[in-house]
Amino acid sequence: MSDVVEKTLTALPSLLSLDSQPGSTKLSSTSKLGTLIRGITELTSKHEEEKLIQHELTSIKEQVSSPNTSMRQMKELMVRAIYCEMLGYEASFSYIHAIKLAQQGTALEKRVGYLAVSLFLNESHELLLLLVNTVLKDLQSTNLIEVCMALTVVSQMFPKDMIPAILPLVEEKLNHPKEIIRRKAVLALYKFYLIAPNQVQHIHNKFRKALCDKDPGVMTASLHIYLQMIQENPEGYKDLTPSFVTILKQVVGGKLPMDFNYHSVPAPWLQIQLLRILSLLGKNDQSTSEIMYEVLDESLRRAEMNHNITYAILYECVKCIYTIHPKSELLEKAAKCIGNFVLSPKINLKYLGLKALTYVVQQDPKLALQHQMTIIECLDHPDLIIKRETLELLFRITNAQNVTVIVEKIMLLYYLYLVCSCFLVFFPMNHYTYAPDNEWFIETMNTVFSVGGDMMQPDIPNSFLKLLSEGFDSVEEDRKLRLFAVDSYVSLLQGEPGKLPQRFLQVISWVLGEYSYLRKELEAARVLRLLAKLLDMKNTSSETKSWVLMAMTKLCEGRTGLSVAQEVSETYSSSLDTVLRQRAQELQHLSQDWELQARVLPRDAGHEPLEVDSSLSFLDGFVSEALAAGAAPYKPQHQRQEELAQAKALSLEPYGLSLPISMSSCSIADRQSPTLLSISSGLSGDSTELSHKGGSTSLKLDGVKRVWGREGYLAQREPVEESAHVEVPSPLRSPNHQGEADSQTPTPTPTPDPEQEKQQLASSLFVGLSSQSSVCLMGKSEPTPQRFRRKTKGPGSSSAVGEQISNSLVSTPSTVDNLLCNNLLESNITSELDVSSLEQTSQLAHGLTTANGNCDVELTDSDIKGSSPSLNGDNEVVAADPGSHEDPDGPKDLCLSSHLPAELSGLSHSEITPLCSKQSLDLSACHVHKDDFLVLVVFIYNSSDSDIQQILLELDSDELEVSCVCDNRVQEARSHSVAVCQYFLTVKRPSVHFKVVGIVSYQFPVGTPQSVQFSYKLPLTSFIRPLTLTTEEYGTMWLDFSHDTKQNLTLISDGQEPLAATLNMLEKKLQLHVVEVIGMEGIVACQLLQDQPCLMHCRLHAGTLAVWLRSPVPDLPDCLMYHCQRALQEH
Amino acid sequence: MIKAILIFNNHGKPRLSKFYEHYNEDTEQQIIRETFHLVSKRDENVCNFLEGGMLIGGSDYKLIYRHYATLYFVFCVDSSESELGILDLIQVFVETLDKCFENVCELDLIFHVDKVHNILAEMVMGGMVLETNMNEIITQVDAQNKMEKSEVSLTLFDIYS
Repeated sequence: MSDVVEKTLTALPSLLSLDSQPGSTKLSSTSKLGTLIRGITELTSKHEEEKLIQHELTSIKEQVSSPNTSMRQMKELMVRAIYCEMLGYEASFSYIHAIKLAQQGTALEKRVGYLAVSLFLNESHELLLLLVNTVLKDLQSTNLIEVCMALTVVSQMFPKDMIPAILPLVEEKLNHPKEIIRRKAVLALYKFYLIAPNQVQHIHNKFRKALCDKDPGVMTASLHIYLQMIQENPEGYKDLTPSFVTILKQVVGGKLPMDFNYHSVPAPWLQIQLLRILSLLGKNDQSTSEIMYEVLDESLRRAEMNHNITYAILYECVKCIYTIHPKSELLEKAAKCIGNFVLSPKINLKYLGLKALTYVVQQDPKLALQHQMTIIECLDHPDLIIKRETLELLFRITNAQNVTVIVEKIMLLYYLYLVCSCFLVFFPMNHYTYAPDNEWFIETMNTVFSVGGDMMQPDIPNSFLKLLSEGFDSVEEDRKLRLFAVDSYVSLLQGEPGKLPQRFLQVISWVLGEYSYLRKELEAARVLRLLAKLLDMKNTSSETKSWVLMAMTKLCEGRTGLSVAQEVSETYSSSLDTVLRQRAQELQHLSQDWELQARVLPRDAGHEPLEVDSSLSFLDGFVSEALAAGAAPYKPQHQRQEELAQAKALSLEPYGLSLPISMSSCSIADRQSPTLLSISSGLSGDSTELSHKGGSTSLKLDGVKRVWGREGYLAQREPVEESAHVEVPSPLRSPNHQGEADSQTPTPTPTPDPEQEKQQLASSLFVGLSSQSSVCLMGKSEPTPQRFRRKTKGPGSSSAVGEQISNSLVSTPSTVDNLLCNNLLESNITSELDVSSLEQTSQLAHGLTTANGNCDVELTDSDIKGSSPSLNGDNEVVAADPGSHEDPDGPKDLCLSSHLPAELSGLSHSEITPLCSKQSLDLSACHVHKDDFLVLVVFIYNSSDSDIQQILLELDSDELEVSCVCDNRVQEARSHSVAVCQYFLTVKRPSVHFKVVGIVSYQFPVGTPQSVQFSYKLPLTSFIRPLTLTTEEYGTMWLDFSHDTKQNLTLISDGQEPLAATLNMLEKKLQLHVVEVIGMEGIVACQLLQDQPCLMHCRLHAGTLAVWLRSPVPDLPDCLMYHCQRALQEH
Repeated sequence: MIKAILIFNNHGKPRLSKFYEHYNEDTEQQIIRETFHLVSKRDENVCNFLEGGMLIGGSDYKLIYRHYATLYFVFCVDSSESELGILDLIQVFVETLDKCFENVCELDLIFHVDKVHNILAEMVMGGMVLETNMNEIITQVDAQNKMEKSEVSLTLFDIYS
């Protein structure tokens, strides 16, 4: 077929001459469009074209606005306008007429109108609002083509805010007897899901129905939705795995009608989609993966190599096999498949083969080794894309031994990239870890910087500098590296610095400023002069200049240095650029004040982690001064809102004199943004010390290091590993590799010279990989010898351990099956798809060819039931009858608590609150406090006389993570009985109150599915548990936490000891743990489930309780403070 | 998802452009130019995939194209589409055009832009692949064309039965 197409298209140039050829007879020679196009083809310059089109547009504009233009003429005008727009000329005057045409035309004119609208407008265009009514009307039309058109335009673009208006109509179309309409409706809903996921949340069940649609086309369309949703949340759809597997099995087995074959491959696009879904589902999940092994094996087997499209399926298959939990048998087959791709003479397949290799090579480096000769060939391939893909692959297999060769190759292509300028310049940072020596590393980076220049992504210089300043394991090594960098840069600056790109100059000036003191014989003044020379250059940007000035500030010392500095700072202190002026001022001041310079810019401090005092404690002094001067204390936002709400009520009391102000207490909350750095760690350390040592009876925090935060920082880091250095790759090994590599090359023929070269290249590229071939297939072991090793090590996960763990976690397959069988959909699927294959085929064929099959009738039947008014009437009656609800409330509560699961019954739980009730289904809930978790229990009470089936409860929350206690999915509630669901709740981010929203959908034996929404609110305190600590532990923890808040609270003054009384009350009400009380101070600790501590420090001060809360969790102190305040107020 | 479908001739003249994501007028023209620039430079014996167009999307996006005589058919897609799958989809599209126009040529695309768009709409809807079966597509398009002949809007139940 393609040959035919090509033939006809080759004949085209002769047609273009527009003589009496058959091509021109097809077009109406009288049409205006024809004239226009003829005009354009005769043109010779862009300018003439512009003139002609402008002329055309004016004529269209005239006709369009003339009242005499018929709809039919309008249609022709629109096509011309579309043509002009396609050429890039705006025809905005025609937009409104396009909408009008869609509104008023007959079906055919409407089609052009809709087409014009979808080409002209976008979803945010204001005119689109005018289309909404037309779409509404057409969706309700009896003409199928109009419905189709409306659905198409809706899926192309629709204003987000107007979705609710048409959503019910589109939803309704899911039950349409025509499959094409159902299919389009599914895609339209998918589009809605993409632009406004919240709006379509309630129809997830309908998506499931679409998945089970008897028409494979509709099912295919629904896979778009599932692919997206599973991508977002694979956990939520694990239960569908068997369904997808069954579908794929049937497709692969050829159970679909012949119509779905493409080049005798059954529904290839459907297979691709399904394989993608499966790989998402099976990722990191052994039990799910196990379900799909069989079908994957079959897909691999069935896909015979006869057409492009089978390769597409194979490629997805291979990717899937390498994504899911590994099975060695399949991996072997997949590896063979990849080989077929890579070795294929077809360039497209080679490309995909390389892509697949890149994907799998991390798990199985041996595979790259097998194909090394091919990879070498690809490296020299004329196609840039192939080259690029090969480089990607090489990046993945870089190790200490082959890095020099690989980087050389990259360098070569680097120029190429620049010439093409169509590729992003990239240079992965992980390669520093393999650099063989200092000189090589610095020189390579020099080349990268000077060639890549300003097109480089900014993070490359940044991470380079970070690497330099943080250093590696050995101090001596670091020193050498920096020294070499300094030497190299000085010589560069002495050369022709004008040619260096700005980014590189910035790097140079930073390094010189920071490390030039390392080279003793290098005078600072000389460096200063070199830098000053940079400032004088014309093409130096002001950003670079400020880098240079900064470096000079660090460097200036000695008499000559001073004079240079003074000169420069004078020039730039009057600069128009604010930043430059600032830098010049700094230079001026610091160059005169040695002491200050030493304090502000300590030498060799680059690798000290900058400590960010996010609590801004260095501002404490300033704040207390301001408070003393009468400023109002800061209040966190929720408190302000609270007060605002209270203030709305009429205040009958006389105005208070003034706010009670306490000197030392201040509240600085809400300071998560680490905008300010406390430069000296000593300063902020002092401030805490002061606040702790208030009086003579103050709390002793013995054993607490006073170095602010430093402890904590180190504790979080893994202990620095003293890795044994293997200096040089052992001489024994490399010939070994070479031998192995050679023996594995596919062509053992007598090798001519270029071939030998390639083999040499191969052996240098792939050295180091084969050492792993003896290790397990999947194991990704650390590349052996590394000269440079970053201090922080990546999580070295060994797959063997992973396997063990997952093995032990997997439950027996039978229970899994049971669970799945209970599922609502599973039953549907099995009934739809798992029936005997013959029946299935006939049914499908039936559904396609004839419109009035049995299935259709069935479906419409249920439709009628759904819309039958009698049910609705019932519904109202029940809702209107208050008697049935009111009386059982009291006793119900009692009897509900008896329904608490046995394992929870002994524990304290909150009051059981009713959530919602509808149609004799009552929902109540409470939460049960356990020591280490919180369980939300939902009671579903069925007060009707019939059983309710297929109850599906879905819960969600913004701040909480809701996970179902898995063996607890309620399926049905018998009449007059209670069903119970349990959910674990964990905090994602703290909030004063948490809200869980849920939706319950259910179905009576007779009737349509119903759903009710509800919400449940619970306070933060439900998640607070006491934290038992010693005072020492408290002390260390206190210093580590960065988020805090302070506030003065009212004391409980009725007892003898107000502090103890208050703390006891808080302990009781909020479940805190009082660690110690000494005199006027007390320390209290608690934790947010699980293991998120929050510490509280209380001090009596001027009749109030100064509370200071600290935690590593943002927002937690603020929220807890709120509850403390409430608890004390309520008292 | 398919982000855009472009057809232009060997000289870079656009013959059809359909964007499933919004770009402003100028960017669209720039994308067409850039795509033409990238695609036209490629030899016949290289692969049909291109990565890294700057304007449309960046690294996640791919251009998949086929060259037929005087015309380039370019699909711009994101990573959720299968490369080879799209390549065959282009083939299906061209074969469908060939059937509908009885030996399609560039002029057909020029003079019947609206029809080409309609055929495309039956294949790709809002950026998602709707139908890959040529016969199905033709059935749908024919059903609409029948309407053209009679010029009366009739309920499609008749056409389908």
